[in-house]
Amino acid sequence: MLLNIDKVQKSYPGGRPVLRDVSLTLDHGQTLALTGESGSGKSTLLNLTAALDSFDGGEITLDGTALSPLDDAGRAAMRRRSVSLVFQQFNLIPSLTVGQNLSFHARLADREDVDWTARLAERLGLSDLLSRYPESLSGGQQQRVAIGRAMAPRPKLLLADEPTGNLDETASTNVLDLMLSLVAETGAALLLVTHSHDIAARLDRHAHLSGGHIT
Amino acid sequence: MTRTVIQALVSHWRRHWLQLATLLIGIALATGLWSAVQAINTEARASYQRASDQLALGLFDELRDPTGPISLDRYVVLRRAGWQVAAVLEGPLRISGRTVQVMGVDMVAYPALPAMTQMEQSDTPPDPADVLTAPGRLQAKPDLAALLYAHPNLPPILESDAVPPDLILTDIGVAEILLDKPGQISRLIVLPDQPRDVPPLSEITPELQRIEASTQLNAERLTDSFHLNLTAFGLLSFAVGLFIVHGTVGLAMAQRRAMIRTMRALGVSMRRLVWTITAELALLALIGGTLGLILGFFLAGALLPDVAATLRGLYGAPVDGQINLQPQWALAGLAMALAGTLLASGQALYRLSRMPLLTGAGLQAWRVSGSSHLTTGLIGIGLIVGGFAIGHTIDSLVAGFAMVGGVLTGSALILPYLLSFALSTFQHRAKGPLAQWIWADMQAQLPGLSLALMALLLALAANIGVGTMVSSFRLTFVGWLDQRLTSELYVTATDNQQGQQIAEWLDPQVDAVLPIRSVELTHETGPLFLYGVVDHQAYRDHWPLIASSEGVWDRVLAGEAILVNEQLARRGNLWPGDEVTLREGDTLTISGVYSDYGNPTGQAIVSMPQLDRIAPGADTRRFGIRLSPAAATEMAQALRDRFGLPRQAVVQQAAMKAQSLTIFDKTFVVTSALNVLTLGVAGFAILTSLLTLWTQRLPQIAPVWALGLTRAQLARLEMLRSVLLAALTAVLALPLGLVLAWALLAVINVQAFGWRLPMFLFPMDWAYLFLLTLLAALVAAALPALRLLRLPPADLLRVFANER
Repeated sequence: MLLNIDKVQKSYPGGRPVLRDVSLTLDHGQTLALTGESGSGKSTLLNLTAALDSFDGGEITLDGTALSPLDDAGRAAMRRRSVSLVFQQFNLIPSLTVGQNLSFHARLADREDVDWTARLAERLGLSDLLSRYPESLSGGQQQRVAIGRAMAPRPKLLLADEPTGNLDETASTNVLDLMLSLVAETGAALLLVTHSHDIAARLDRHAHLSGGHIT
Repeated sequence: MTRTVIQALVSHWRRHWLQLATLLIGIALATGLWSAVQAINTEARASYQRASDQLALGLFDELRDPTGPISLDRYVVLRRAGWQVAAVLEGPLRISGRTVQVMGVDMVAYPALPAMTQMEQSDTPPDPADVLTAPGRLQAKPDLAALLYAHPNLPPILESDAVPPDLILTDIGVAEILLDKPGQISRLIVLPDQPRDVPPLSEITPELQRIEASTQLNAERLTDSFHLNLTAFGLLSFAVGLFIVHGTVGLAMAQRRAMIRTMRALGVSMRRLVWTITAELALLALIGGTLGLILGFFLAGALLPDVAATLRGLYGAPVDGQINLQPQWALAGLAMALAGTLLASGQALYRLSRMPLLTGAGLQAWRVSGSSHLTTGLIGIGLIVGGFAIGHTIDSLVAGFAMVGGVLTGSALILPYLLSFALSTFQHRAKGPLAQWIWADMQAQLPGLSLALMALLLALAANIGVGTMVSSFRLTFVGWLDQRLTSELYVTATDNQQGQQIAEWLDPQVDAVLPIRSVELTHETGPLFLYGVVDHQAYRDHWPLIASSEGVWDRVLAGEAILVNEQLARRGNLWPGDEVTLREGDTLTISGVYSDYGNPTGQAIVSMPQLDRIAPGADTRRFGIRLSPAAATEMAQALRDRFGLPRQAVVQQAAMKAQSLTIFDKTFVVTSALNVLTLGVAGFAILTSLLTLWTQRLPQIAPVWALGLTRAQLARLEMLRSVLLAALTAVLALPLGLVLAWALLAVINVQAFGWRLPMFLFPMDWAYLFLLTLLAALVAAALPALRLLRLPPADLLRVFANER
């Protein structure tokens, strides 16, 4: 099993619980859609899985490593090597070119494969944009760069938080197609947070988060 | 409606109190440093004015003898002919290690002396009989009077605040005794309302020269250059402070764009908004300005004693060591704060006033566009070229400062270009992803930091330039002292007769006795002190000549030629081969020019027989004595014992050098203090820029954190980034500082003081300054880095939140 989320609890400062004993598993190569209303804790669960934040109870085990004992540096190493992230806001690095953004995560993880990055750029239609800066790209193009950056280190788990939320319908379909085909090609697992039931329907499994519980 | 607008605008400061504090500190620092310099200048000038008023200096025409003192019989001739003139005898007197001026006036003939009038009108007026009859009375300020009380052989002391500092005012008869100048008069004051039908001066005293009141050299004119230098430094500090104001106001405006757009959408006119914001800035300027005035007052109070000592030592200018709060100074300081704040905010206000209603409210709009950068760079190059052109074509001190101002401002304007180029080069050469990101990120941060870095560039260049100038000057000065002070001992006898006895006694015991004799003459360039020298190898070997013709000493000692100091040479454009007229009928060819640092007046050297011919009767009281250095201390004591000379009448070379260097170092205390303060302000500018940029940093840092860097790593990189930018700026500041040093040494000093100095390089000083800069950058970045280190992940996650 690649990911095991076991009775995870998380409260925000002030004591308001967001996640109550949430449990979830994900196998290698599997895709899972996580849906829920605004404020239901979808993004929080994704952030905990990405080792971006710590949880109050329970355990998350990623590729055999429990996250709760990890310190700041251990969590950073986990983010670098085991997971990749795609955000709704793209969150590219504005000061780097498209080419540099594409290879950035892979190089940080010491897993740069120049051929693979070039193939990714081609598959994502970014080959002609490599020397440009993110601010000069459209939203769809920026999200394709973000997907390329996430896939360049060949992660075992790809976490995506509303990756098409800022895109129109056509761009949204294109981006999702690309992401799913790359995940399938690399054998990565995908945990995708979305509001859209249409998108959720295209993934292997579907989990719904409500009131801090998986239903 | 205006009240509602004000409430909305003020709410910004409530949320950004640190920004408000930064703005007020920026205004306060700019105003404080400027006001401190102005307070010093105002106080010094007020002191000169008080002294001039009290002693009626520059009020009446004067009669002087170009060859030296006026004899008593000339005075009698004038009085008998009906001329209403008052005799004045002046000279320095050394008491308890302190040199004070003695001014003896003819109290009967010169009743209108304001210092006397004021004293007579006081609650305890002195008895005129006491003042006029032996032993007379000495009038002095209370602090000097306290010193005089320790000498029981002096006449009774009258304390008076009406007398300028470091001056003893007394009757001329008493002054004759104190100064040991019996029957001598320094100058005659031509009183107003002369009787009709007096014979013309040219008939009865043709040897006396009448000097118009308006052409008399006074302390204010002598010290003009010194005060101009201080003003220039004050302006630089003011400009550095305004960089903080500019940066902070710019960011505040950018952060308010959304609020302003909303208010406009709700019906508030742009005109009303601009006026309200202008009024708000004016109010902040007045608050910051008031804080600055308080800071400036205390700073001036701390610096004034050293400045006063310098002005007294270097120019003999009377300056009180205490600062007095003057309303016009406070008003001028507030006006500067107001004008500076509005000037620094002008661009932000202008951009705000032209902001379209439907434009985006993002912070990015605050950044300067590429074309605007190009324009700024071109203006910078224009200023540098224009500055050099002015400096080379116009021969004046103001042109020199215009050149320095143009080069400094122009360089500051092109700094972002140069830094961007350097960062881009480093980025292309960087191999690792982090290194690439750091260089690229620095480049992206540059627009927000460029103003602070410009301030740092100016402060560093000023430090390097002024430091190089002072150190070069000191090195030259020490070498020059070694050359000029060739004798091991310097003796001052109490009178000519004792001088003769000392010379005779010393002659068989030492290598040489070199008399030091001089008279004060008047030259078209100002006062001219003429010295006589005897033929001795010491002069030929050591005298610091900076220009000479062949056989320079042979011709001088043969009475055919004259040496002039650099000040006289530059002021009168007199160089070897030119002729100088000492008085009618006495014209000599210049055979050499010598350096003469620390002396504001003209000086010349002729052979001793020539001096006796031009000005017979010059004092023979001072000697330089050449002997083995090992025997100097013993001989000094022997001289004191044998001739009953006070300790300060026999001075050893080492003591004289030490004293000269102490005066020298004191002269630059104020400069060094302003240097350090300016650098401190620049460091603060970096801190404020980093803090104000903080809000923009999170979206840039958060993705990198999410991709696997720890907050500790990011905090270290934040500090590294600040240090690298400061280091690059420091590297660029070095050539600019050296250009500034050259301008100060070769242009400003020549125009201001009359001497040109050789330039020396001090790499160790630069290395120290470089390390200091890195430390300042590290300290400035420490707070933002600490914030980042302690930043809860939740705050970073907010960057990724979909419902932001």
